[in-house]
Amino acid sequence: MIQQELREAEAIFQSHRTPVNREELMATVSKDFLNRADYLKLLAADDMEVLERMARRAHDITEQYFGKVVLLYVPLYLSDFCTNGCLYCGYSTTIDKPYKRKKLGIEEMRAEMEALKQNGFDSILLLTGGDRKRSSVQYIAEAVRIASAYFSEIILEIYALTQDEYRIVLESGASGLTIYQETYDRELYDKVHLYGEKKNYDFRLEAPERAIEAGLKHINIGSLLGLGSAVRDMFMAGVHGDYLQRKYPEVELCFSYPRIRPAGAVSGPEDPVDDVRFVRFILATRLFLPRAGISISTRENASTRDNLVGLGMTRMSAGSRTTVGGYATACSRPGQFDIDDERSVNQIVDMLQIRGYRPEFTNWVKGIA
Amino acid sequence: MTYQIGGRDLKSRFFIGSGKLPSYAIIPEMVEKTGIEVITVAVRRINPETRHENIMDYIPGHCVIMVNTSGARNAGEAVRIARIGRELTGSDWIKIEVETDAKYLLPDNEETLKATEILVGEGFMVFPYISPDLVMAKKLAKAGAAAVMPLAAPIGTNKGITCAALLKPIINEIDIPVIIDAGIGRPSHAAEAMELGADAVLANTAIATAPNPVTMAIAMAKAVEAGRMAFEMGLLAEKEFADASSPLTGFLRRAE
Repeated sequence: MIQQELREAEAIFQSHRTPVNREELMATVSKDFLNRADYLKLLAADDMEVLERMARRAHDITEQYFGKVVLLYVPLYLSDFCTNGCLYCGYSTTIDKPYKRKKLGIEEMRAEMEALKQNGFDSILLLTGGDRKRSSVQYIAEAVRIASAYFSEIILEIYALTQDEYRIVLESGASGLTIYQETYDRELYDKVHLYGEKKNYDFRLEAPERAIEAGLKHINIGSLLGLGSAVRDMFMAGVHGDYLQRKYPEVELCFSYPRIRPAGAVSGPEDPVDDVRFVRFILATRLFLPRAGISISTRENASTRDNLVGLGMTRMSAGSRTTVGGYATACSRPGQFDIDDERSVNQIVDMLQIRGYRPEFTNWVKGIA
Repeated sequence: MTYQIGGRDLKSRFFIGSGKLPSYAIIPEMVEKTGIEVITVAVRRINPETRHENIMDYIPGHCVIMVNTSGARNAGEAVRIARIGRELTGSDWIKIEVETDAKYLLPDNEETLKATEILVGEGFMVFPYISPDLVMAKKLAKAGAAAVMPLAAPIGTNKGITCAALLKPIINEIDIPVIIDAGIGRPSHAAEAMELGADAVLANTAIATAPNPVTMAIAMAKAVEAGRMAFEMGLLAEKEFADASSPLTGFLRRAE
C-alpha cells in the first residue's frame, strides 16, 4: 500500500544526514540505477559541480529513453467553480473573486477545442475546479466525448474520482489523469485544505491507483513545490511514482513540478524553490526513474523551459491559457495561476527545432489507447 | 547483391528506426546517402491529420515501412496496433514490440509469440523483437515469423554486442533471417553483428542522438556492408598464439 511505502520513505528521510561529501555524491550520480536513499541524497545535494554532473547524466538518459523528441500538449479549463477551500489556489472559495465563476457550455467547448485543433494540438489536458455538482462526472464525461472527436490523447486534471467514475471517463475516451497530492505532509495538508472533499488526504493519495485499476494508462503526479518542505515533498512524490511504476509497469508515468506562484490566499511559499533547486529536482527524478515522463508547464518562464530541453523534460504545454476557455474568444479574467511563458505554439515549435529536437504532437494515435 | 526478407528483394542490410530522430526531414537525405531500404515507424505516433511534420510524407516511395507496435503492453494491444498500422501505412511488415519493463525496456517474449501467431494468421509479415533466446526464436520461426529480431543489448544503451554467445546459436540454428536490433551504438558494433552472421542490423538511438545523424547513418551502413563482406568471404579464426613464420618444430623435419 502506498501509505506503507510512504512510511518507509519517511524513515529514509529522517535518517538522512547532510551534508554528504562531494565524492559520495559524484559516485551516486554515476550509478546505473539509483535507490530511494540515493534519490534523496541528490535532491538535497547543494553542490553546483554535482548538479553539472547530474545534468550530463540526465541528458544522456533522456536521449537513451526518449530520443530527440518533446511532446506538446495544451490545457483547457472547462470550469472554475469550486467548493474546496485550498489556501494556495486562485480558484479557492477562501478568497473573494471580483468576477463571476464560469463553466463552458457544450458549444463553447466545441469552439475552444476547434481552435486548439487548428493550432495543431493532438494532446489536450482538460481541467475543472473541484465542484461535483457544477462540473459533475457526467459533465466531464461529455467534455471528454467531445474532445475525443478532435484529440487522440485526453488527460484529465480534475477532483479525485472513485474507480467506477474513472471507468466512466475512460469509456468516454479519456487516456490519462493528472493529480497532484500538493503535499505529502498530512498535517500541513489538513491545514491548507480548510474544507471540501479535497480535505480527504487518503482519497486523493489513492486516486492514481483507482484510475489505473479503472484502465487509464497515463498518470501524471507531483507536489506543489514550496507549499511544505520542498525536498521532502519531491522525495515523497518520487517514491509515489516509483511505487506506481513497480506495481503497474505498463502505465506511462509522468511528473510535474508546479512551483507555487502568486495565487490564492497564501502570500508566498513556505519553502521557496529557486531555479537551482527546481532544476536539481528534475534532474534527480530523471536519474531515479529514467523512463518517467517529465512535464513542464507555462508556469515556468521561456528561458527556464528552453534550457530544460534535453535535461529530462519530455512534455511541455504551449500557447496556454489558465482561464476558463480563452482560445476561441479573448478572455481578460484572471486564471488559476499566472502564465510566464506566453509564446505561441509555433514559437515553441521553432525553439525546439533550433535546439535539434522534434516537436511531437501525437502520443497515442486514435484507437490504440 | 540482393537477398530476400519478408518476401522482398533487398540490397541494403541496414535498417533504421525513426522514433527518436530529431527531425523527419532528414530521412530522404539519409536514404539517398546510405541506400537504406527499410524504416521502422511507430504506429502510436502516426497522425494522418496532423498540421505539423508527418513522418509518412518523408519516407521515399521505394522504402519498405516496417510498422512497430511500440507502446503495446500485451499481445492483444500489439495485434490492435498492427491492424491500425496496416490501415494507416498500407504496409504489412510488422515489428512486434511488447515492453512492460520500465527500466531496461526488455521485450516480453511470451506476449510477442502470442501476437506473432495471431498476426501471421492475418497475413502480416511479422518481425518479432525479442530478448535473445534460441528456444523462443525456434517457436517464432515455427509460428511463421518472417524473421526474428533479437537485441544485442538493452535498447538505447549503445553497449554493442553484449551477448554474442546467445545470438550465435540463433543465427546458426534457425532458418529464417536474423536481424540484430537494439544496443548498436557504433559502426564497429554493426560490423560485429554482421560478422557474426546476422542477415541485417537495425539502429535508431545511435543515429538519432549523434551530433550528425546522416553522417552516423552513412558510417553505420558502411560498417554493415564491411561486416557482411567479411562474413561471406569467411572470417579467419582467432588464435591464442602468434604464428611464427619459422616453424618451431622445423628442426625435426630438417633432421629427416
